[in-house]
Amino acid sequence: MNAHPILAALRRHKAGVILIALQIALTLAIVCNAIFIIGQRIDRVNRPTGIDEANLFVVSQQWVGTPESGAPGAVDTIDSLVRADLDTLRRLPGVESVAPVNSVPLFGSSHVNGITLTPDQKNSTLSATIYEGDDKLMSTLGVQLIAGRAFTAADVLRMDFHDDTLPPSVIVSQAAAEKLFPNQSAIGKTIYSDSKPTTIVGEVKLLESSMAESFAKDSDYYTIIEPVRQVGDNSRYVVKTRPGQQAAAMAATRDALFAANPQRVIDSERGILSFAQIRYAAYRADRGMAILMAVVCLIMLCVTAAGIVGLTSFWVGQRHRQIGVRRALGARKSDILHYFQIENLMIAGGGVVVGVVLAVGLNLWLMSQYEMPRMPVMYVLIGMVALLALGQAAVFVPARRASRVSPIEATRAA
Amino acid sequence: MLTYYIELAVRNLKRSPGLTLLMVLTIGFGVAASMTTYSVFRAVSGDPIPWKSSQLFVPQIDMWGPTGRGADGEPPDAMDYADAMKLMRDHRAKLQSAMYQISPSIVPADAGKHPVNTSGHAVSSEFFPMLDVPFLYGNGWSADDDAQRAAVVVISSKLNQKLFRGANSVGKTIDIEGKDYRVVGVLNDWNPQPRFYDVVNSGGFSTGLDDVFLPFDRAISLGMANDGNTNCNEIPKESGFVGLQRSSCVWIAFMAELDDAASAAAYRQYLDGYAHQQQQSGRFAWAPNNRLRNLPDWLDSEHVVPSDTKVSLLVALGLLMVCLVNTAGLLLAKFLRRSSEIGVRRALGAQRNSIYAQFLTEAGMVGMAGGVLGLLLTGLGVLSVGWVLPKEIATLARVDFVLLALTLVIAILATLLAGLYPTFRASRVQPAWQLKSN
Repeated sequence: MNAHPILAALRRHKAGVILIALQIALTLAIVCNAIFIIGQRIDRVNRPTGIDEANLFVVSQQWVGTPESGAPGAVDTIDSLVRADLDTLRRLPGVESVAPVNSVPLFGSSHVNGITLTPDQKNSTLSATIYEGDDKLMSTLGVQLIAGRAFTAADVLRMDFHDDTLPPSVIVSQAAAEKLFPNQSAIGKTIYSDSKPTTIVGEVKLLESSMAESFAKDSDYYTIIEPVRQVGDNSRYVVKTRPGQQAAAMAATRDALFAANPQRVIDSERGILSFAQIRYAAYRADRGMAILMAVVCLIMLCVTAAGIVGLTSFWVGQRHRQIGVRRALGARKSDILHYFQIENLMIAGGGVVVGVVLAVGLNLWLMSQYEMPRMPVMYVLIGMVALLALGQAAVFVPARRASRVSPIEATRAA
Repeated sequence: MLTYYIELAVRNLKRSPGLTLLMVLTIGFGVAASMTTYSVFRAVSGDPIPWKSSQLFVPQIDMWGPTGRGADGEPPDAMDYADAMKLMRDHRAKLQSAMYQISPSIVPADAGKHPVNTSGHAVSSEFFPMLDVPFLYGNGWSADDDAQRAAVVVISSKLNQKLFRGANSVGKTIDIEGKDYRVVGVLNDWNPQPRFYDVVNSGGFSTGLDDVFLPFDRAISLGMANDGNTNCNEIPKESGFVGLQRSSCVWIAFMAELDDAASAAAYRQYLDGYAHQQQQSGRFAWAPNNRLRNLPDWLDSEHVVPSDTKVSLLVALGLLMVCLVNTAGLLLAKFLRRSSEIGVRRALGAQRNSIYAQFLTEAGMVGMAGGVLGLLLTGLGVLSVGWVLPKEIATLARVDFVLLALTLVIAILATLLAGLYPTFRASRVQPAWQLKSN
């Protein structure tokens, strides 16, 4: 079909054409970026933690009336309370294993240390999240050891929680090991934190840091496990139950701990949390942002489609007589249908070209203002195809109505 | 005349109900999406203490040097113990307070009840007058109480309700971490958002309420642990809470009231002088790199408004823009469809102005209907942000008269704006041409 008559007709409706093209351009720019944001959030929520999340729950509690941190004998007194708690939890029905821990992935509270390769190195090679727990921690969390050895009871130190001394042996995540010692085994190597040495004895496949805030980056998996039972004015335990028994074990935990030692506080909301609850809370904001963007995209696409239907219907109504004349002169129904489809394709095409520029511009601007990464070309391509398809879908009903205009119309006065 | 135009508009809108409905829906959804995200933005970007925020300052001292600075040379956003204490002792501002977050447990008088966990801050006596903290009963403590590390406490009205059933508890004692404290004041409802006096620990917004305020020096001397963040550039040489106090780790918030530009300048000079002196004494091996920001600038530098909130508002405004363009297109179609009617009216002597008035009235009515729909949808939107946004932010979003009025006004103005060009086109219709072609 010759494009010339379409262009000539469009020139007579400049304002309407520009408005539709503008609307498509704006829609493309915003929808691309919004979908990109949704994609990022989904990626983030789907990142693995590296632990066996089912059947885990975490207990956080605070001691009342224990000796102050640093006081003589405080470490002994509190450590015996911690071990008593571990026993209490272990004896709960359905519990498989228990370990003391300072934090777990996605929990939010974190302890980060700069790690260096030599004692006098100025800038640290990486910042690692430190997990502290006893020899049962790795089996309770279900992290996978891929090299070296796990901790034994003999490795475990008890330490005041203000004490940042390194234990002689640590286990690192594979991501941290590769960053520290690229292309070689990290087992047996010495690393330093604030000029103090420690030896890597094992390597785990995957263990996410406890903060879920940053976008998917390698550094989220720079983690180190220290064989340390922390002693302070509060303690935290991670508990693994047998399948199907988590709810019962969680329900029994509070009373069992209070029965063993009432001098403590367990927060009614955050004190006992299943890992599913921890995950839900950690990604609440991401899920919310994704939903919000999806709702806005949906409304915007509906509005744009409705706008195309509305304006095309108007044009069809306005051109009834001309359509009748064309039909009387031998144009088939499909010619009329195609005429409006091609017209829409040309308008939408123009809008999409402008929209791509706007989409990239908006992305660059968001990058400069809000630490947004660069949008892959894929999103723009998908957006282009989607809007062209939307235009075609929207134009179909009015175009079909146009194709049904009877040749008789030509004979009627306008 | 206006009633005539309204009558005409209603008749015309009824004639093409589909198109009218489409425009009303477009405006309604566009405005509601913008206003819902705006309600969240408004809640988190508000000034928590508007009458005084320009007089409240947060000093930052660069005690870590180049290795501990942020990307843009920014010194740590909290203070270590030594510097905070020096600033308190020198007392160069009109009012000032060092603060740190505590979470002491309170042992109820009834033997049967378990201890409860509270959160709060250790502050100096000047905290209360500096931040205009409202009291229900009693008052803050005195400078003497600060110096003597007195066992006094200010509690929230919520804790007062829990422990004393809301009665005036000034002079009564409560057991905090095994020691008796005399209640000197009960706060009136005071839950500023953002939690501006300790942004670093609250991240700005917090669903929790500070239940207890204790004298800073007393909390320190009892070894009441810091419940907030601790950031260290190097590992403390000694262990325990005392080791933390002797380290360069930062964990203390600081705020000072400086009433005019001259006293702010003098304070800035004082900070630089202090840093310079530390440099000369060898503690700092770098030139002074301090900051002294007033509260709005401080909240801004701490990125208190989440970037998600800003991006959402922007995207929603984009949606509103698309809706406007869409409405403009639909109004154009609707108005030009009536070219012959306009021709007749013009031929019968109607002025261009009358055509303007008639069509803008019609656009305004579409805007009004869209606005009313927008009100309902905004109400629904604000109610449902709770399951989309984090709790501490969602609870701040509110529907109030200002928001509703703004919704209606924006809907009408936006539609009138969208109707301007279509109306202009309608007013240009040539009567002779229209009459002839009929």
